[in-house]
Amino acid sequence: MGHGTLEWVYVGVVVAVLIYIGADAWNVERFLDDAPEEAEVVKVTGQQWFWTFEHEDGRRELGELHLVKDVPYRFEVTSLDVIHSFNTPDFATMIDAVPGRINSIWYVPDQAGEFLIQCREYCGFSHYQMRAKLFVEEPPGGAEQGAQVTNASATTTNDLIPPLGAAAVAS
Amino acid sequence: MVLEVRKPRPLWEILFSTHHTDIGLLYIIFSITLFFLGGALAISIRTELFLPGAQLFDDSNTFHRVFTVHGTTMLFLWVIPFAAGIGNYLIPIMVRYKDMAWPKLNAVAFWMLPVGAALVWLGFADTGWTAYPPYSILRAPGPAAEMWIFGLKILGISSILGAINFVVTILRMKHPDLPMMKLPLFTWAILSTSLILLMSMPTFTAALIMLYTDRLGVSGFFNPAMGGDPIAYQHLFWFTFHPEVYVFVIPAIGVIYEIIPKFSRKPIFSYTSGITAFILLTIVSFASWAHHMFATGMSFSEKTVFMIGTLAAVPASAMHIFNWIATMWGGRIRFRAPIAFVVGGIILFFLAGAGGVVNSAMPLDFLTHDSYWVVGHMHLFLMGIITFAFVGFIFYLFPLITGRMYNERAAMVQFWLMFIGVSLVFITQHLLGLYGMPRRVFDYVPVEPLITMNQISTVGAYILLVAMGIFLFNLIKSAGWGKPANMEDPFGIQEKYYDYRRREPHH
Repeated sequence: MGHGTLEWVYVGVVVAVLIYIGADAWNVERFLDDAPEEAEVVKVTGQQWFWTFEHEDGRRELGELHLVKDVPYRFEVTSLDVIHSFNTPDFATMIDAVPGRINSIWYVPDQAGEFLIQCREYCGFSHYQMRAKLFVEEPPGGAEQGAQVTNASATTTNDLIPPLGAAAVAS
Repeated sequence: MVLEVRKPRPLWEILFSTHHTDIGLLYIIFSITLFFLGGALAISIRTELFLPGAQLFDDSNTFHRVFTVHGTTMLFLWVIPFAAGIGNYLIPIMVRYKDMAWPKLNAVAFWMLPVGAALVWLGFADTGWTAYPPYSILRAPGPAAEMWIFGLKILGISSILGAINFVVTILRMKHPDLPMMKLPLFTWAILSTSLILLMSMPTFTAALIMLYTDRLGVSGFFNPAMGGDPIAYQHLFWFTFHPEVYVFVIPAIGVIYEIIPKFSRKPIFSYTSGITAFILLTIVSFASWAHHMFATGMSFSEKTVFMIGTLAAVPASAMHIFNWIATMWGGRIRFRAPIAFVVGGIILFFLAGAGGVVNSAMPLDFLTHDSYWVVGHMHLFLMGIITFAFVGFIFYLFPLITGRMYNERAAMVQFWLMFIGVSLVFITQHLLGLYGMPRRVFDYVPVEPLITMNQISTVGAYILLVAMGIFLFNLIKSAGWGKPANMEDPFGIQEKYYDYRRREPHH
């Protein structure tokens, strides 16, 4: 084969792999971008250097967040001072908390337990300590409350990162 | 033009010279010095993270200042000046002109660097090298942040002046008998780099002024309390600094094209595909800036557009890798230090590129963004391919500059230590990111996988420290007391070396 042919074959293979990756990413992100309509809204506010949460029923929490297992939640994230980033590593979600904007992200907590919420955008002196605790509790009336809403793509991404879980919260 | 060290001239004659080799020498010495200083900061960062809790620094503030200055130094005071230095040395030779197009402008461009470096190092700002507002305009302590802004401003103007000089030298001062399509690929690399710099840098210099007036409180471009938008800064910043990634990497690609054919003793596999890939990279480098901002709340269609723009850069990079491998294939390779570094760099380039594809795929970006994955990824580029290629090229240019040979055995020991060190530090950091460790943290949650992996990463950093100690010793010892090189063919590979006898009068 001449120089040209070999190189075109090679470039063709690379482009084909990239198209596959791009199409797959597009397909997954399409599902992840919009929260289900029945999702409960939690307002998340970042400040130097703590998180506050406000539930739909007006309950407010500081530094900890209580959620119910298998219920879809949509988090409306904003900040009061500088840019923070609302990150729950165990549920593979993050979105920046930008002052003057409301960004939203959603997930269905599919495991009960204690998890870590942290800030993932550099925000000054105590950035490394800007953490909160996430408690996911079993639904009170058994599992039927929100169990019908399980989005396949939301749960499969969880397998990609190993859980830090309770050990991280306890420290 | 060579033997600067064997036939010493008074120091002031080099310092006040406008000759391209003198300025090239100053650029190279300056950038290597700052590379070692920035490396010292990196070692202190890794020492701090060896164990959870405060280790080296009393509080996080010092730590934040250290990583800011480390990043700024490595990008603006090592990678860019070094590329300008080797460009100064070689471009006039390659285009067969007596000097750069504007020698005095060349000297001015160099002498702005120490001023900018002094501002950055004396200020020691804590904004992070990206200096995102509103932190950098509302909360970052002055005068450090102001000094950082002005330092970067000066460095930016310096690289714009250097870029203009290179473009004009290559396009206008080229010997009339020398067609563009016969120029070495290194010249094309410097041309692409300079064009990207010229097109992208003005945006950031404008953003710096806006940042400064915002800090003064007279404007509110990025201040949400005054109706501004902090995300606007990120767009301006990454519009400059995503193309800037190619400004960092394209000179490294160019030096690899210089080294590989010589040491494989075979012509380049496909010269035209090399040029095509350079032009493609120059264009698509402007199509992908917002992939740094997927997590700022971009819409689905914005993310899709920038994912495609990012993936479009991959075939061009892959063409370069293919070209290198095909050139080495079937060649009679002499594994001296320069090509050893280059081959190591290509392996790390491939890993870094594969990690980059992961970053750009939209759902995966939210796993990796702002985590240690990103730290590992960009260092695999900057330390992996760019520094490996540059160190290899330092050894390749060593006889040209000093007239002496470096110590081959020490260089090979350094290569293996660097390769092992870089793999330990930065591949481990990819995993740390997947475990959820955010970047730019002074401390981390003391749970098991994080502690062990941070320790592996720190051990790797110390291996790099040893490698750099050997490097420094090798450079100083060989420059002063090394074996005189055979200037016709210093590496014994029966290939033409640069014409060391050409000596235009210094002026």
